[in-house]
Amino acid sequence: MGRAEVKNTTERILMCGNEAMAEAAILAGCDAYFGYPITPQNEISAYMAQRMPEEGRVFLQSESELAAINMVFGASATGKRSMTSSSSPGISLMQEGMSYLAGAELPAVVINVMRGGPGLGNISPAQGDYFQATRRGGHGDYKTIVFGPSSVQEMADCTSLAFELADQYRMTVEILADGLLGQMMEPLTLDQKPRRTLPPKDWALTGRKGREQNIVRSLWLGDGVLERHNEKLQAKYREVQEKEVRCEEYRLDGAEIVVVAYGIVARIARAAVDRGRDAGIPVGLIRPITLWPFPSQQISRAAAELRLFLTVEMSSGQMVEDVRLAVAGQAPVLFYGRMGGGIPSADEVLEKIRQLTLSTRV
Amino acid sequence: MKTMFRRTPVLKDCPTHYCPGCGHGIAHRLLAEVIEELGIQDRTIGIAPVGCAVLAYNYLDVDMIEVAHGRAPAVATGMKRCNPDKVIFSYQGDGDLAAIGTAEIIHAAHRAEQLTVLFVNNAVFGMTGGQMAPTTVLGQVTATTPQGRESNGQGYPLQVSELLALLPGAIYVERCALSSVPRIRQAKAALKHAFELQMQGAPGLSLVEILSPCPTYWRMSPSEAMQWIEDHMSKVFPIGRLKDAGKDD
Repeated sequence: MGRAEVKNTTERILMCGNEAMAEAAILAGCDAYFGYPITPQNEISAYMAQRMPEEGRVFLQSESELAAINMVFGASATGKRSMTSSSSPGISLMQEGMSYLAGAELPAVVINVMRGGPGLGNISPAQGDYFQATRRGGHGDYKTIVFGPSSVQEMADCTSLAFELADQYRMTVEILADGLLGQMMEPLTLDQKPRRTLPPKDWALTGRKGREQNIVRSLWLGDGVLERHNEKLQAKYREVQEKEVRCEEYRLDGAEIVVVAYGIVARIARAAVDRGRDAGIPVGLIRPITLWPFPSQQISRAAAELRLFLTVEMSSGQMVEDVRLAVAGQAPVLFYGRMGGGIPSADEVLEKIRQLTLSTRV
Repeated sequence: MKTMFRRTPVLKDCPTHYCPGCGHGIAHRLLAEVIEELGIQDRTIGIAPVGCAVLAYNYLDVDMIEVAHGRAPAVATGMKRCNPDKVIFSYQGDGDLAAIGTAEIIHAAHRAEQLTVLFVNNAVFGMTGGQMAPTTVLGQVTATTPQGRESNGQGYPLQVSELLALLPGAIYVERCALSSVPRIRQAKAALKHAFELQMQGAPGLSLVEILSPCPTYWRMSPSEAMQWIEDHMSKVFPIGRLKDAGKDD
């Protein structure tokens, strides 16, 4: 593993996705990392174990993912930037903590390098945790911002941005990657700079010196108190939906078929789109970068002009439901998916596109 | 005129929600007095459990957080590792610490986290209506042991302090009780020692277990409950210092 001396740089360097997210977190000012071993994300904790102490920051291997997310909870409550990373089964264990983070309005960054499920599943890449991430797996009405990066560069960029969004909105931001992206090596630049002016953390627990007591809580008793708290949370989530949607549109000019895919599948779909165009098929790609908030408006706009949508995922069909909600019956939405660690090839996706072209052309 | 008694400023001036005869009020006051006497009100962060003491921040005037059931030692770990200059304590009941949070307390001790834990053992889940706790004694009638707890099928009372005292990372473990004035004074001394160790940077976790009355779910008068601690509970959970690494060596 390439170690040491990765600093902010405009030079292109070579890293795997897991390490790129780890270094981006350090450059983003992550004060503390807590995690429990699980494949295929172990490069993150190994990297952090080396680099965080070098920076005089906190690295701790927890006794479980339950403990890890609660260590994040504690560090965040004192105003520190903190994160954890895991893979699907471990993220399941963190759902309780993520609900409490939402209730207490604490910022946090959680990386999920997805693997095949359900249960222990396998350690191959998958996208079966989309619902858990975007519908939230914990109890109660809450949201987390979810990024679905599709390159090593974007994994680093999303991680960097995640810390700012987490602090700005006092929310958990989840990076939904997969085992392929995590292990894949690509060139990238780590030119990470603070972009936003963030509100002061006057709510943080720092000792009550010179001010009134601060309390961080998710328990709201009393008539109507919790309902008002929920309304406040929902207003915040609406603001995120208005301001933070990110999405890439690729070769939509003249497209009659639009593939919708995120993460590594979007890379594969992009190759299929290029080959399709070479073969004269009018196909384009919409790639959600934020999975929540979902780019519903972009898809709805495209639906008004286009004939057909094909959603491709490494799951039994999860994001496709968001695509259907956005399309709202304006056009057919079809689905192609692989599960349990199966990875669709560009040719497989192209073949699907061809079949759809034949079956729907008059 | 000489002031003989006053409320410590670390306790807020407000009515209590605890039942008559409950031990939490005494435990809160001991904790508040210790924080005042050590002069650490402005750099202390407390953790309230899930249980009857979930609203501890309504009474204790220090920065506080309320966390998921049993997870206080993990939350405390995150806080202390990032803020070694702060004094961090968790206040946990027997359901919180000895049932759902067993892994977190054992591993916080195992890692020798520099934390102070106040463990209030009243042998029952109070908040949810008096169900059996791991610390419920044999024969004790609770909502979920209507015939009295039997070891066959319901297990034995869990002696968490004895378990923790085995770990090198737990440097100070003492069991106290609130059942008489001398015992209350000893509980305060123990708590103070537990905080002092953290302030000195002593390399490990300090835990004070306090046997505390729950007259409501023991179905007793407050005075009977105090006597029950002496006559029954302290036989299962012997009162005294289990470990003080600095002094035992």
